[in-house]
Amino acid sequence: MDWKPVSLSSSPFDQSWYEASARARLAGLLDTDTFQEFVGPEQRRMSPHLPLFDLPRAFDDGMIVGRGRLDGQDVLVAAQEGRFMGGAFGEIHGAKLVGLLRAALAVKPAALLILFDTGGVRLQEANAGETAIAEIMRAITVARAAGIPVIGLIGGRAGCYGGGGLVAGTCARLIISEGGRLSVSGPEVIETNKGAEEFDSRDRALVWRTMGGKHRRLIGAADAFVDDTIGAFRRAALAAIPAAPAFDLATLEAEQARLEARLDRFGDARDATEIWGRLGVNDPAAVPGLTTEGFDALLARLPEGPHHAR
Amino acid sequence: MEKLSFRHATRTALPGTRASAITGVVASGNLEVLLERNLAPDACHVEIDTAIAGYGEVWAAVVADFVARRQPGGLTITINDGGARPDTVSLRLAQGARLMEMP
Amino acid sequence: MTDWRQERTAREARLERARPHADGKVVPAARVVDLLEAILRPGDRVCLEGDNQKQADCLARGLSACDPARVHDLHMVQSGIVLPEHLDIFEQGIAKRLDYSYSGPQGARIAKMLYGGQIELGAVHTYLELFARYFIDLTPNVALIAGVSADRDGNLYTGPNTEDTPTVVEATAFKNGVVVAQVNAIVDRVPRVDIPGDRVDFVVEADRPFYVEPLFTRDPGAVTETQILMAMMAIKGIYAEYGIRRLNHGIGFGTAAIELLLPTYAERLGLKGRIATHWALNPHPSLIPAIESGWVSQIHCFGSEVGMDKYIRARPDVFFTGSDGSLRSNRAFCQTAGLYACDLFIGSTLQIDLAGHSSTVTTNRVAGFGGAPNMGSDPHGRRHPSDTWMKAGREAGGTGDPALRRGRKLVVQLVETFGDKLVPAFVERLDALELARKLKLELAPVMVYADDVTHIVTEEGIANLLLCRTPDEREQAIRGVAGYTEVGRGRDHAEVERLRARGIIRRPEDLGIEPLDADRSLLAARSIKDLVHWSGGLYEPPAKFRNW
Repeated sequence: MDWKPVSLSSSPFDQSWYEASARARLAGLLDTDTFQEFVGPEQRRMSPHLPLFDLPRAFDDGMIVGRGRLDGQDVLVAAQEGRFMGGAFGEIHGAKLVGLLRAALAVKPAALLILFDTGGVRLQEANAGETAIAEIMRAITVARAAGIPVIGLIGGRAGCYGGGGLVAGTCARLIISEGGRLSVSGPEVIETNKGAEEFDSRDRALVWRTMGGKHRRLIGAADAFVDDTIGAFRRAALAAIPAAPAFDLATLEAEQARLEARLDRFGDARDATEIWGRLGVNDPAAVPGLTTEGFDALLARLPEGPHHAR
Repeated sequence: MEKLSFRHATRTALPGTRASAITGVVASGNLEVLLERNLAPDACHVEIDTAIAGYGEVWAAVVADFVARRQPGGLTITINDGGARPDTVSLRLAQGARLMEMP
Repeated sequence: MTDWRQERTAREARLERARPHADGKVVPAARVVDLLEAILRPGDRVCLEGDNQKQADCLARGLSACDPARVHDLHMVQSGIVLPEHLDIFEQGIAKRLDYSYSGPQGARIAKMLYGGQIELGAVHTYLELFARYFIDLTPNVALIAGVSADRDGNLYTGPNTEDTPTVVEATAFKNGVVVAQVNAIVDRVPRVDIPGDRVDFVVEADRPFYVEPLFTRDPGAVTETQILMAMMAIKGIYAEYGIRRLNHGIGFGTAAIELLLPTYAERLGLKGRIATHWALNPHPSLIPAIESGWVSQIHCFGSEVGMDKYIRARPDVFFTGSDGSLRSNRAFCQTAGLYACDLFIGSTLQIDLAGHSSTVTTNRVAGFGGAPNMGSDPHGRRHPSDTWMKAGREAGGTGDPALRRGRKLVVQLVETFGDKLVPAFVERLDALELARKLKLELAPVMVYADDVTHIVTEEGIANLLLCRTPDEREQAIRGVAGYTEVGRGRDHAEVERLRARGIIRRPEDLGIEPLDADRSLLAARSIKDLVHWSGGLYEPPAKFRNW
C-alpha cells in the first residue's frame, strides 16, 4: 500500500481543511487577498434568539459570505463555521446564504461555492432555521436555472447533516474529503430512534464507512473525493465549475433514474462494504485504508463509470 | 450570560495600521475576539459577553495583564466568550494584538 | 538440628497438591480455581501481575472465584491495581493487605475501600521501590503472571509487553516461590524465551487473550493551542537551553505536543541531533513523526503500546527488539535507565503547592504514581557527568571546589494553570495532606517532592526553581507562573518582575515565542490518521481511535 508522507509545509494550500476555521478555508481557497466579506463581523449582525436561551452569540452567526476570485474568476462564497453551534442554521446564518444566492442572479459569478460544515438546523431557532433551509434550496434551484453552478465542498468537523444534507442534495456538484460526512440523520439520531443494533454511533469506523467521503463518492452522492487540504479542495472546485450540468428537465430526469436504480440495486444491503462489493470492489475491507491516489485508482478500475447527474 | 466592560489607559498605541481583525471561534471553552482600531492612541476598551457568570475578577486580571504587556492603545476589543479558560483568553488576546500589528 | 529447607519443603508440598490439576505443567483454564486453591495458603504474599498494561486477567478472575474459607488474608504485592478483580478479592476476604504502585482506573474505589477499612495499606510505592522490596521484605510466595505464549516446558514468551514479568519471576522463583503463568496459547516452540521454563511451575491456557490497555495513545486531534504554546516554551526554554538529549516523557497531552513539535518547531530552531535523541519511553505513537524525521537515535521501553508492534518490528535500529523481531520491554531496567541515564524528566500533575510539591492524589482518588516519583527525582547516586546535568548543578549553586559539586537532573512539571472544569492546578495546600490525615498515613502521598523539581512550565511562562535562593523567591516564582488561579493572583507583582529580570521567570515573549505560532497547524500530525501515514501504514491504531 502506498502512503504519502504528511506535509510539514507552511503553505496555506497544504493546511488541513478539516482543521481550518471557516475564515482560513476561504482565505486559502480563493486567490490571495481577494476575499471581500459581506455583512462582516464588525457589523455585529448576531442571532436575536440565542440570548433568550442564555447562549453566547457570534459576530458572524457562524456564516461567512462574500465574493472573491478563484484562479481569476469571480465567485461568490459562503462558509459555515462548524465549531459555532455545530455550524447549525439559524435565522441570520440562513438569511446570509439566501441573500448571497439571490445576489448571484445580479452578480452572475462564475460559480457560487458553499463550504458546508453543519449539523443541520439550530434547535433554538428551529422555525427560522427550517424556513431558511427551504428558502436556500429554492434559491439554489433559481440560481442554477439562471446558469450559475452552485458547488458544495464538504470536509469540516461537523460534516454536512440535517437540512445541510438536503441543501447539498440541490447543488450541481459536491466535493468531499475522507473526514467529510454527508447524510441527513446523524449517527446519534439514528441510534436514538432505531437502537444501537441498527446503528452504533460510537463505532467510528461504521460511521465513516456509511456517511464518509469514500462511500459517498463510490455511490455517486459526491462527484469528487479529495485529500484533506485546502489546496486539494481548491483544485477540485476549479475542475467542478466547467463540469457542472445544466439545470434542465433532462438532468432532473437522469438524476431521478439514477437514484431509483441505486435504491433498487443496493436497498437491501446491510453494510456499505456490501454495496462496494456489488460495485465490483474486490477487497471492500481495504477501502477505508486507501490513500486518495489508491482510491482514485480503484474508482478508475471499477466496471461502471462514475454516476454523474444532479 | 454576563456582560463586562473594562476601560484602560495605555502608554503607547499598538503598532500597525490594520483597522480590524478577528480571531477565535465561539465554542465551548473557546472565544472570539474582534479588534477594531477606533479609539484615541492611549485608550483601550474591552467589552465582554461571557457564557459563564461570576468570573469578573479573573477577567479583570487577565485584561489588565494583557494591557500592561501588549500596550494595545487605540483598540476596542469585543469578546464573545463560550466559557474559555483564562489561559485561552490570554492567548487569544495576544494573537489578536499580533494580527493588528501585521502589515 | 536446624531445618534450612523449610521453604523449599513447603514449595514441594504446594506443587504436590497442585499436580492432580495439571498435565505436566499445563493446566486448562477451567481448572484455575482448583489450581490456585491447591497452591495458595492463608496469609501468602502474592503478586497477581497487574502491570501498567499487561494484565493476568484470567488468573485474577480465578483468584476472585476461590473459596475464602480456603484462601484468605493474602498480602497482595503488585505494581498495578487495574482490574475490578484486583479489589474484589479484598471485599471477599481473600486478600487483606496491599502494597502497590499505581491504580489509575481503580483510584476512586481504592480510596473508598481504604476509608472503609477493607484494605490494610502497606505503602504506595514507585515501581523501582516496590521491585526492590520484592528482594528484601516483600518477596512473593506465589506469582501469577501473564505472557503471550508458552511451550509445555513452561518457556515463556511475554510478547512486547514484557514489563514487570522478569522482575516478579526472579524474586519468586529463586526464593522458593511458585510461579503460575497464564498465556494466550500453548505452542510447540515460543518465538523467543523471555522467561526460561525452569522458573515457571504451571502454565494456564487462558480462555481469552490477556487485556492490554492503550494507555499511551494521545490523539493529536485533541492537542490544544495552550498545550502547543507550552510545548514551544519547553523546547526553546529548556530543551534547547540545556541541550537535553537523554530524556523521559510523561504520558499527558502536553508532552505529546512536544513530541509532535520536534519535526516542525524544533526543526525550525535547528535543534535536530542536539536534543531528544535518546529516550526511556513507552512507544508513544505521537513520537512516530520525530522518529521518521530522523530525530531519534534509540528508545528503551517500560512496556509496549497497542498497535505499535508492526512499526517497532520495522525499526530495530531505534527500539530494543528480540531475535524474533518483536519489542523487548522491561520496566525495572527502563526505570533504572530513566533514573540514572536520563538528564530530564518532564510530566504533568494535578496539584502543585507553593513550595513545589506535587501530587495527583485527591481526597477521593488514590491513583498512585507509578514511575513518576522515580523518574521525577534527582538520583544522588549518579556519578557520570553530562553538559546538561552539570549546567543544572551550577545553576543550583553551592560552595566549595567545583569538582566536588554534583550535577542536577532536570525535573520539569508541565502544567496548565487550570485543569478540567476550571479546577486550579496551583494550591496553597495539597489534597494529599488531607488524605494522609484522614487515613492516618505517616507520609502524605507526594508524587514529586519540591526539592526534586527544577522547573515549572505553564502557559504563563517558565519558573526556574534552580535559580531561587530563598523559600520566598521560590514561592513568588511559582505564583508568577500560576496565572489566574488564586495562587497566581496572590503574587507580589514587583517581586515577580524582579524574578523576571533575573531570568527566574520567563514569559513567552521573553523567549521570543510568537503567539500566532500556537496553532494546530504547527503539529507534525494532527490526527491518528496522520500518525498512520507517517508510519507508512505500520502503526495500527485500536478501533476507538479510528475515524475512517
